[in-house]
Amino acid sequence: MAILKRMSGPELALVVSVFLACAVEAVEALTIVLAVGTTRGWHSALYGCGSATLALAALIAASGPALTRLPVNSLRLVVGGLLLVFGLQWLRKAILRAAGVQAMHDEAATFASSSAAARAAGERAGARIDAYGFVVSFKGVLLEGLEVAVIVLTFGANQHRIPLAAAAAIAAIAAVALAGLAVRAPLARVPENTMKFAVGVMLTSFGTFWGTQGAGASWPGDDAALLAIIPVVALASLVMVLWLRRAPVAATTAGGPA
Amino acid sequence: MSRVLAICRSVWRFIVGDDWITAVGIVAALALTALIAQTGTGAWWVMPPAVLALLALSLRRAAR
Repeated sequence: MAILKRMSGPELALVVSVFLACAVEAVEALTIVLAVGTTRGWHSALYGCGSATLALAALIAASGPALTRLPVNSLRLVVGGLLLVFGLQWLRKAILRAAGVQAMHDEAATFASSSAAARAAGERAGARIDAYGFVVSFKGVLLEGLEVAVIVLTFGANQHRIPLAAAAAIAAIAAVALAGLAVRAPLARVPENTMKFAVGVMLTSFGTFWGTQGAGASWPGDDAALLAIIPVVALASLVMVLWLRRAPVAATTAGGPA
Repeated sequence: MSRVLAICRSVWRFIVGDDWITAVGIVAALALTALIAQTGTGAWWVMPPAVLALLALSLRRAAR
């Protein structure tokens, strides 16, 4: 607090702006890591997060201020498109299960049989990396991390205070990470299919948001548009569950990652 | 050659899964968004209905 009081007006404005902007990006990354960790396992989610952080550090060290010239929109288009493909597969499966069209997945039985098979093969179950979990976590953290780096470089360079902007970004990321640790335990108690439904909604919403931005369109309200997209996707998905429950359907064996 | 094909198949299964129609639909909707955005008109409204329509169609195919 004393540090903040010693700052000049423009410095304080820089710190507050960078902190808030980076907190928004960090929350987006955290949402994806939490969703993946809770449903696909923390091992893969944290490996993906750690690998993305290392990749980012290498990228920043190699390119420095030139990072602001990276084609962020192209990255958003690719990441958004992939998240949409993954998210819709998850959401479809979760809706089919919630509607009773497809049998609920018995995760405990699958885990027990997988662990037994792994032990029989002489490998540690916890050491296996789930490719989906790793990739989704990696992409989310890399994209948001790049945006944080660009925010720090652009805001910081404007006032020739890049270290101050970097400190504000680190503080924002630390605050969001602590909040993530706090909600991790309650999230683990949410039923499996409910969690997968929520993950499908989140991935689909983020994919829609980033894909649209990457294609060159702007959302009304920028990042705040996510606060409308997520409930719309969730509500529409719930309506689809009700629609499938009422429609006469045959059993299906739809595949996918979830 | 067969190894390359096997890798391509694995990548395809990993990304697209068992519903290639939805994946193609997403690419088409993103392309349409880009086309409209290039004209200078607001194009944010394309993706939300396109995504929900693709999901509904995918569910209908899966439930049939």
